[in-house]
Amino acid sequence: MTSGWKDQKKVTAEPPAPAADPSLLDRRAFLTGAVKVAGLAAAGGLSGNLLATAQAAESTSPELPPWMKIPGQPFRGYGQPAKYEEEVKRIIVQPYNGIAPGAGESMTPLHKLQGTITPNGLHYERHHSGVPDIDPARHELLIHGLVRRPLKFSVEALLRYPTVSRIYFLECSGNSFFNAAPEPPQKSCGAIHGLISCCEWTGIPLALLLDEAGLDPKGRWIVAEAGDAAAMNRSIPMEKALDDAMIALYQNGERIRPEQGYPMRLLLPGWEGNMSIKWLRRLTVTEGPVYSREETAKYTDLMPDGKARQFTFPMGVKSVITHPAAGMTMKGKGFYEISGLAWSGSGRITRVEVSADGGKSWAKAALQAPVLPLALTRFRLPWNWDGGPVLLQSRAIDEKGNVQPNRERWASQYSAGNTYHYNAIQTWSISPEGEIRNVYQ
Amino acid sequence: MSTNKLLSTLVLMAAVIFAAGTAFSGPNLGLEVKPEEIAAWDITVPPDGSGLPPGSGTAAEGGAVYSAKCAGCHGAKGMGGPADPLVGGIGTLAYKKPLKTVGSYWPYAATLFDYIRRAMPYNAPRSLSNDEVYAVSAYLLFLNGIIDAEVRMDAKTLPQVKMPNRDGFVSYWP
Repeated sequence: MTSGWKDQKKVTAEPPAPAADPSLLDRRAFLTGAVKVAGLAAAGGLSGNLLATAQAAESTSPELPPWMKIPGQPFRGYGQPAKYEEEVKRIIVQPYNGIAPGAGESMTPLHKLQGTITPNGLHYERHHSGVPDIDPARHELLIHGLVRRPLKFSVEALLRYPTVSRIYFLECSGNSFFNAAPEPPQKSCGAIHGLISCCEWTGIPLALLLDEAGLDPKGRWIVAEAGDAAAMNRSIPMEKALDDAMIALYQNGERIRPEQGYPMRLLLPGWEGNMSIKWLRRLTVTEGPVYSREETAKYTDLMPDGKARQFTFPMGVKSVITHPAAGMTMKGKGFYEISGLAWSGSGRITRVEVSADGGKSWAKAALQAPVLPLALTRFRLPWNWDGGPVLLQSRAIDEKGNVQPNRERWASQYSAGNTYHYNAIQTWSISPEGEIRNVYQ
Repeated sequence: MSTNKLLSTLVLMAAVIFAAGTAFSGPNLGLEVKPEEIAAWDITVPPDGSGLPPGSGTAAEGGAVYSAKCAGCHGAKGMGGPADPLVGGIGTLAYKKPLKTVGSYWPYAATLFDYIRRAMPYNAPRSLSNDEVYAVSAYLLFLNGIIDAEVRMDAKTLPQVKMPNRDGFVSYWP
């Protein structure tokens, strides 16, 4: 069991999950007849209660809220979230502080969001030298190297090309690295796992532009380079470039944000986020990789023998419960909807299981349709918390049969110092007081 | 219209349709670029050192550049931060606390030039001359005990330096 895509292929399906903890309700509980009948019975009682409430309301005549007595704000050119949601923000990490304030990351607050699409202003960021302020009129994309005719494209020209729209996740290869530490960090769900986001990207299939330049059959790799102050570059196998790689120009319908690569970024679905070069300025077709700093000194996965895995491109199968999760506290015993996100760099999610007893028993969660390949999948399961101590976990399985490993199995393949490709099962410990903590299982 | 004439007309029409079809196969809005223009864009230096520019430097020369432009973040001798350590760590990779540096982890000497030129110093990338980049590369190799202080690094000598962790990587592709 591993996060590395290669080993994952060897994984066989685990034995069927034993009968689940009874506190985990059937995933169809609110769709079945039994609950509807129970619901009707409850509704009988409820209508009487509602009548009483309405009568009480009339007798006390509560004051109308001010927003029903004066006209609201006029229009805005670009809308903003409600001011009451101000605390829903990215979690910023600047490891070098003042000496390099633009090097580091900001993380998506997963535990404050629902659904699967990340709002543009909350998409995670990972920058090596800040966010450049690129004037699109002065930006060009150059394609050269082993091509019949080297070409450069203005942004204006690229905006005229035929486009496709696809929903894909992007995950930093270092996502969840805090959990690689010997002791579990007490951070919110988003502050641990928030280097993942999911958007609808609209752009030009890279294959189309490569076709116009005319590929030399000797060209087996493409080196993509950024137009920021780090000029970050990565080598990409031609197989991926011709398969589903995209030059993304739009993000959730609007032009791509500066922190996501404006005026254009490369997008390599399912692969290490680092390879989806932002602020894309140059593509060089080469015979082999160029062994750039980002694929040697960084983004290589140190193993126990001191050697490092290199070119571990697809992100492993993974899931995390976002509700309830660290960063919130329980509001007393009773009903909760357990909900979370699952994804895999190898294709579709086929199954997510939830445990309330630290992995002893598992129940199948409902997957929100449409379940798309290389996109976030929302899973849900109704749960009746009895107020006792609980160890909540989720485990994802993808269409290739890859199973999300537990932490011990994940750690066994790497050096203690490795922080890349962490995809182990997350355990949230819930105390009778309702406190939610990050624990290792 | 004779059969021959009809046939040749059809052939001509087919040729026109075919030509139109190919001409409009894609938007073709890219501009062809001359090799001399590409040279200004191309800053990539792979392990074999192709693409290394003219110029040279030694560790002795690089020490001054390092003190002025690198030490503030990377420490006086490539250690002590606050930015990533660049020196030491050889032999630590298989242990609990691996120290990844230029000496212990970086597999190729030529790509050192590539990275320093494209991205360093953090607050002023692309500000060093080629001589300065060669000299700083040499200084880091010297601090890690890989070359002597007086050895001159240039487009020919730099790619020939064998890094201690040259064979430390296992490719997972394909």
